Amino acid sequence: MSKTHVATHINGDSYEFLCNTQQTLLDVLRHELDLKGSKEGCATGDCGACSVMMDDRLVCACLVLGVEADGKKIETVEGLSTGSSLDPLQQKFIDLAALQCGICTPGVLVAAKALLEKNKNPSEEEVRFWLAGNLCRCTGYDKIVRAVLEVAAEARNT
Amino acid sequence: MNDMTQTNLERALKIVGSRPARPDGVDKVTGRALFGADKSLPNMLVGRVLRSPYAHAKIISIDTSKAEELKGVKAIVTSTDFEDFPSEFVPNGEMVVNMKDITRNVMAREKALYVGHTVAAVAATSEDIAEQALALIDVTYEVLPHVLEVEDAEKPGAPLLHDDMITIGIEPAPESASNVAKRVEFGFGDVEKGFSEADLIIEREFTTQQVHQGYIEPHACLASVSEDGQAELWCTTQGPFVVRNFCSKLLGFNAAQIRVTASEIGGGFGGKTVVYLEPLALALSRKSCRPVKMEMNRAEVFTSSGPTSGAKIWVKIGVKNNGQITAGDCVLKYQAGAFQGAPVGPGAMCAFAPYDLKNVRAVGYDIVVNRPKVAAYRAPGGPISEYGVESVIDEIAIKIGMDPIDLRLKNAAKEGTIAPYGPKLGPIGMIETLEAAKSHPHYSAPLGPNQARGVASGFWFNIGGETSSSITINEDGTVGLTLGTPDIGGSRASMAMMASEELGVPMELIKPIIGDTNSLGFNFLTGGSRATFSTGTTVVESTREAIEELKKRAALLWEVSLDQVEWFEGHARLISGDEPKTMSLAQIAKQAGKTGGPIMANCSMNVTGAGPSLGTHIVDVEVDEETGQVSIIRYTAIQDAGKAIHPAYVEGQMQGGAVQGIGWALNEEYIYNEKGELENTGFLDYRIPVCSDVPMIDTVIVEVPNPNHPYGVRGVGETPIIPPLAAISNAVSRATNKRFDELPLSPPKVLAKLMHG
Ligand code: FES
Ligand code: FES
Repeated sequence: MSKTHVATHINGDSYEFLCNTQQTLLDVLRHELDLKGSKEGCATGDCGACSVMMDDRLVCACLVLGVEADGKKIETVEGLSTGSSLDPLQQKFIDLAALQCGICTPGVLVAAKALLEKNKNPSEEEVRFWLAGNLCRCTGYDKIVRAVLEVAAEARNT
Repeated sequence: MNDMTQTNLERALKIVGSRPARPDGVDKVTGRALFGADKSLPNMLVGRVLRSPYAHAKIISIDTSKAEELKGVKAIVTSTDFEDFPSEFVPNGEMVVNMKDITRNVMAREKALYVGHTVAAVAATSEDIAEQALALIDVTYEVLPHVLEVEDAEKPGAPLLHDDMITIGIEPAPESASNVAKRVEFGFGDVEKGFSEADLIIEREFTTQQVHQGYIEPHACLASVSEDGQAELWCTTQGPFVVRNFCSKLLGFNAAQIRVTASEIGGGFGGKTVVYLEPLALALSRKSCRPVKMEMNRAEVFTSSGPTSGAKIWVKIGVKNNGQITAGDCVLKYQAGAFQGAPVGPGAMCAFAPYDLKNVRAVGYDIVVNRPKVAAYRAPGGPISEYGVESVIDEIAIKIGMDPIDLRLKNAAKEGTIAPYGPKLGPIGMIETLEAAKSHPHYSAPLGPNQARGVASGFWFNIGGETSSSITINEDGTVGLTLGTPDIGGSRASMAMMASEELGVPMELIKPIIGDTNSLGFNFLTGGSRATFSTGTTVVESTREAIEELKKRAALLWEVSLDQVEWFEGHARLISGDEPKTMSLAQIAKQAGKTGGPIMANCSMNVTGAGPSLGTHIVDVEVDEETGQVSIIRYTAIQDAGKAIHPAYVEGQMQGGAVQGIGWALNEEYIYNEKGELENTGFLDYRIPVCSDVPMIDTVIVEVPNPNHPYGVRGVGETPIIPPLAAISNAVSRATNKRFDELPLSPPKVLAKLMHG
């Protein structure tokens, strides 16, 4: 089967790759481009471990085809930090112990950032519903929700 | 150790008890951390598994010839590639395993015993080719009748999974085989006499369904066996040494031939304590002489790893009108899955363990059924048995008109209580957690319409076990720690904190890593809530040994005798002498070359003296009488941690355990069709709690120190999954004035009870 050429932007850099038409974006990120930060927990859109941004829209990379990335702007967990400074969410997750095993963390961070870009002042309920697609089996969500709310509050105060 | 304990508990702690950043935090928030599926090797093949479509079938023949001819297929393995074993039981954490069963679970031999049971595995140059090869493997089955529930499996005439299984623990031994693998009994006193003294007796049957640990990271591994038989294995596991030992046995390697490196682990909860893909990948790699990577998909995780038991239990408790329990009795029947090994032993041992009873009996049965073989799941066996007991306790409280916490306080186990499973308990925190619950504002907060409050307690043993770790003092005064228990929830931080506290050097200068199986002596699993307790003990011991060495070096440099030197806040200090003289760890380290060479120490021991941890949870629920939907309105988890090294991660264990328990109580269950196929093999249908399902989980850490750990640590990881099941069921029962005796309390079940009683 011949492969399709795809040109895309990932975390601000341009990338080109060849992929089979049935390959998912998650598969391409992880296996063709060696960006292993996005995780696969289910491959069916149910866990959110593969959450990435595509043209400013939060998507499950396991539900997007690699070819769909053509001409689009993709953002993954690898693009959250700038130089040696972490995104405030990343720092807050460390400070508040909002991760235990850490497998859900990349997806949760990408999703939380998407929320805060849309909504500067989310309520606890809004955070909980926004993150309802990101499963975490370790934390019981408490510290994750607190971390997101604190980052939002700090951003409003600066 | 008692002396040291004293000094530690009395001295003001600087680091232990604080909340520093975890050493692996940045790796985990940037996507840099490598988990099981995140590693590749050049020339790597992809391995896939052929699984049984039948719940119970004889395997007549397997023909792999067509698959072998497919271009790109490099190796195929079936049961003929694995040695057989006689029946031999070996302890594995809180569970016991039998090599004869392990080899058959890893690869079916005579029979396939559940849908999803491994029948063959293929390694090929791509996933596509591997999948095509699976389709070309020709397996001839003779389908047999299957059995899924314990009450069917124990009946005479039920389909037999193992025709040589004679129940252990019954005298005289039964003459014919059955699906009942064993019977256990714990307790003392005379329960009949106890019941005759009771003013009130409540007796009830309960049902719980099979549930899965639900770790987000599927099983994955990468094996590479070279032409000379040397093997490297990278895998997501709670115990790399345990994996090494299983794999070397199953495949006839010696321990030195296999080096296992644990990846970062994306959740385990007991489910990553045994082997599934690892021996297959090694066998395929040995055959092909190429690296082989294998990953389970989510459906395979559900059908073919090791969930925990569904169960039928019966509980009977007698009390005086004043709340004094006169006797407790229970019978537990747990699903083992396809091979014996249900956690019914620990379930029976802990069923009544929160209480100080005179007459108590707990009988358990381990029953095989055509479901995946169970593995450990957080406090294996405990949530099920204690759910039954704690539900009956609540019913008694209502019937005798007593506050449920007061009823528990009246009967609470304390230091000196003889536990139902035999030993006399040391200091434990049952009374303390109950009192903390009672005085918590949550307990007296007003409730809304259709709301009610439930409470329940939980007891878990925790374990120690074989542990080995080492410490290196680097030339620049920094410190390396090598640990043998994978960090599943922040344990690198706790270990570095304890070393920092002992040494008196900042935690940032201490780098903890998880060693591979060649770098340390045998380490038992991260499991049984043992990492902070056991590995922590060896870290403290090896750090103290390193301090002795540092003092020796300082004495050499000062040309004084060792007894003239003490260690104080990161420095050697001359005790006598006119002027105070100190030398920092870094100064000593820099001169190590001329005082005897590098400074390092290690500690290897079989750690004993784990302290049981008790917890009490309070939950408010609201029941929607139209839909049967139960919502968790407010939740408070209270637990005795002994000592919280890093309180945020202790809270995290309590919160995570509580929410797993909420899932078990409200939603989660394995649903089989009549063919024995699991119908909910994805997170959409096997619904674990999502963020919007739960409120904040308040926590109260109680600290009743464990005298057997230098800082008083008990384990904390497992206890918090025990109380939620009964606490929620009790709350729903109180909200509806109906007694619920079945989990999960999913809307259809709640509605049925509301409508039909
Ligand atoms: S892997 Fe994409 S949602 Fe689970
Ligand atoms: S931290 Fe383990 S799944 Fe979220």
